[in-house]
Amino acid sequence: MNGTVSGPQAVIEFRGAGFSLNGGPARVSGLNIQIWRGETLVLLGRSGAGKTTTLKLINRLLEPTTGEVLVEGKPTTAWDPIRLRRRIGYVIQEVGLFPHLPVDANVGLVPELEGWKLERIHARVEELLRLVGLEPGRFASRRPHELSGGQRQRVGVARALAADPPILLMDEPFGALDPVTRAELQREFSRLKEQLNKTIVFVTHDVQEALRLGTRIALMAEGRLVGVRPSREFLQSSEPDVRAFLDAVSGWDEPALR
Amino acid sequence: MGVLDFLLSNLGEVSELTLQHVELVGVSMILATTVGVPLGILLTRRAALRRWVLGGANIIQTIPSLALFGFLIPVPVMGGIGSRTAIVALTLYALLPIIRNTYAGIRNVDPAVIEAGRGMGMTDQQLLWRVEMPLSLGVILAGIRVATVISVGVATIAAAVGAGGLGMYIFRGVGMVNNQVILAGAIPAAALAVLADFGLGWAERRLAVK
Repeated sequence: MNGTVSGPQAVIEFRGAGFSLNGGPARVSGLNIQIWRGETLVLLGRSGAGKTTTLKLINRLLEPTTGEVLVEGKPTTAWDPIRLRRRIGYVIQEVGLFPHLPVDANVGLVPELEGWKLERIHARVEELLRLVGLEPGRFASRRPHELSGGQRQRVGVARALAADPPILLMDEPFGALDPVTRAELQREFSRLKEQLNKTIVFVTHDVQEALRLGTRIALMAEGRLVGVRPSREFLQSSEPDVRAFLDAVSGWDEPALR
Repeated sequence: MGVLDFLLSNLGEVSELTLQHVELVGVSMILATTVGVPLGILLTRRAALRRWVLGGANIIQTIPSLALFGFLIPVPVMGGIGSRTAIVALTLYALLPIIRNTYAGIRNVDPAVIEAGRGMGMTDQQLLWRVEMPLSLGVILAGIRVATVISVGVATIAAAVGAGGLGMYIFRGVGMVNNQVILAGAIPAAALAVLADFGLGWAERRLAVK
């Protein structure tokens, strides 16, 4: 892949990247994609398509067994994993808030690890809680178990943004929420990401969500990228894999996907 | 003469033996915790050691306590007649529940929490001290509680190797075929066990995270 010229704007680049666990069958293989600064790339596909594996290759929770993944022009394996991850916000479906810490300590953890001064952490936490629609006075000292699912994921997003990382990875962040809360968070997140100008990689199996949030949509099937399209053109794509996926999810006789 | 009368009229000796008993259990619990908790943590990091360490601790647990005390008497440095042998034996017995609970407590921390922490760029040490240990403290303390309660009972046998403690009354009572004297050792020992169980149980509930 020496011919690939990485543009100055490619924040993340997969070069023939693949991953298999302990020499087993490849979870993902032959991934080639450049992710541009400020865009939201949605990885779309059914369960087991390799979306989460692809995401974890970016923050080096997994290391590619073939090819390489570059973040800001440098292979992930050449990064200090801790430094790399501090530059990448990470939001997962299960949220994973620290149950023994109140909301403000959860959100302020990375800044604290980064050695910020207390007043600065405090100010940042308030700012972030407001940003995700949680009144600091009411929520800062609550424990995670005292929050609803939607509130928890708001805290999860605030925590990921805490040290202002240029990259945000989101693994089905709204997947466990009820439809109403999910739509609400999608709407707010859509507005939020315009404001933040981050490079976002967003995993989902929900076509509607992909269309709402993605700048581009990358369809995955059986560990491979089978088509990358700007969201606007995605539904019109004539690519067989895309058509097959769309037909499969709109199999019911309802006009859900127009 | 009733047990109560016996205890009251021998108050000096009773308190001395109780104190000895508490000391035996206390010292061995501190030792077992100092060794067992780090070992339990190590097992969560080095899977290859797990079989050997847990297996070893399991085997120690199966040795009848009187036999273990007997085995230790001829061992240089650790053994001999007196409290040192008793402390070594009690420490060995206490290891298994402490190692096992430390290991299980850390392993049972919600994987999503660990993944979030790792994804945020926490180092292994930060993850251990700020997330895994606080979240498993309740389970670890439960292990220490179980070990302590067992030790209070096993420590009565320490009298057989000359380590003193409330077992003195029990052995003396058995020799004299005098239930009163046996009970004078057994009742305070049982009370100690209940007290330890209650106190550590309280601490455990306070530290457990919902």
